[in-house]
Amino acid sequence: MSPRSDAPPPKIRIRGLKKSFGRKKVLDGLDLDIPQGRSLVVIGGSGSGKSVLIKCILGLIKPDAGSIRIDDVELVGASRATLEAARRKVGMLFQGAALFDSLPVWENVAFGLLARRLVDRKQARERAIATLAKVGLGPEAADLYPAELSGGMQKRVGLARAIAAEPEILFFDEPTTGLDPIMADVINELIRTLVSELGATALSITHDMASVRKIAHRVAMLYEGRIIWEGPVERLDDSGNPYVDQFVHGRASGPIKLRV
Amino acid sequence: MNPLAAIGRATLAFLAATGSVVLFGLQAIAAGLTGRLYVRQLGRQMLEIGYFSLPVVGLTAIFTGMVLALQSYTGFSRFEAQNAIPTIVVLSMTRELGPVLAGLMVAGRVGAAIAAELGTMRVTEQIDALSTLATDPLRYLVFPRLLAATLMLPLLVVVADIIGVMGGWLVSVYKLGFGPIEFINRSFEHLKTEDVVSGLVKAAVFGFIVALMGCYQGYRSRGGAQGVGAATTRAVVSASILILVANYVVTELFFAR
Repeated sequence: MSPRSDAPPPKIRIRGLKKSFGRKKVLDGLDLDIPQGRSLVVIGGSGSGKSVLIKCILGLIKPDAGSIRIDDVELVGASRATLEAARRKVGMLFQGAALFDSLPVWENVAFGLLARRLVDRKQARERAIATLAKVGLGPEAADLYPAELSGGMQKRVGLARAIAAEPEILFFDEPTTGLDPIMADVINELIRTLVSELGATALSITHDMASVRKIAHRVAMLYEGRIIWEGPVERLDDSGNPYVDQFVHGRASGPIKLRV
Repeated sequence: MNPLAAIGRATLAFLAATGSVVLFGLQAIAAGLTGRLYVRQLGRQMLEIGYFSLPVVGLTAIFTGMVLALQSYTGFSRFEAQNAIPTIVVLSMTRELGPVLAGLMVAGRVGAAIAAELGTMRVTEQIDALSTLATDPLRYLVFPRLLAATLMLPLLVVVADIIGVMGGWLVSVYKLGFGPIEFINRSFEHLKTEDVVSGLVKAAVFGFIVALMGCYQGYRSRGGAQGVGAATTRAVVSASILILVANYVVTELFFAR
């Protein structure tokens, strides 16, 4: 069989990914493809293993079994050097922004550039200010410390830090959690613009449906450790999948039972 | 309940913890020696661990030296051996009390701060963020702290030794009727290089222990504010106990020669 010419190979390809913590199976044979240059959003309830999935791809958590390939390079069981090379392609926005609170904003933004010694400190500051402008922050923010920023500004700085090195892949962990609806929409808008400007492949995890509709090309639903539905965002409302329906419409009754 | 099983479980847990601390330390040293040294981080930690611990260590040392002179006078005057007081003060300070008390004070001050800082960085995902920004957290966070503490504690102890002897001098001269010059001459009379050096070796070991336990507990902390609090307590308690154990071991090593 020859591969179809209209389907480029996926940027990220995950097969049979498994991870348990003690007796709790968090990921149980998860398969997922993320096509080059597309934005895929994984939805799923709290504690469904969305964060574990991202941390497995980054090599921060070691999966029990399965395969993760970025650009066709296997990462599960790979050497430190291979993992580090793969991480260099990725920029990530953490849920709580995870800014380094001992460093001013500009050093946070330029941290990856400085760590790779791509620039000296003077250039790094200029690059940081230019990147801050992309997320709508002026140069006066550069010398503030993270503790002096509001939640929305912290997210913007986190976003600037993620894109500063112009990565091929972007991860967003709950990008709108803890923000008011207007600020959430601003962040969603920024994510959409930045991803398309960079031509990056994006993987987001969220349970905010407004965010999904704004930033996703494709949507995948994670339930009990597997992807139970995947499709384009336009199909979200007529997925024909009762689990997806229940989640999208936020109904307490349905096939998904909360274990409280 | 089988009592043997309980003993076995506790032993296994102890061995596992020991192994994981040692492994953590070795990994951090390996990471630090194989890549770039973060000079800014090192400088910052040296300032934090060394310079800012001076008041605490200095106060501890001066009162310890004063008490030493007073207490040894109480004992030694009973058999007319007051002349030995300067020697007692200087030997006790350099060989024993300088390094141990400085180590314990730094364990409380610096060990706790390291555990709380790294613990907070862990639970707010800052340590994960480092990994995604082409930076090895062991090399960037842990190694500079280990190195800074190992280098700075001996310097702190030199200061503690001097201030401690000065405390003894103050009490001896103004309260016990020693001549100021006489006290100083007598303190140097029996002091050997080895006395000071053994104290500084201890200090380096204690500094390493404090930073290692702080980093280890902080790095592995879980579960929000409560987890960070528990990690901080564990860091101070384990560092303090290890300092007392290591103190005996190092003393024994120097004693045997």
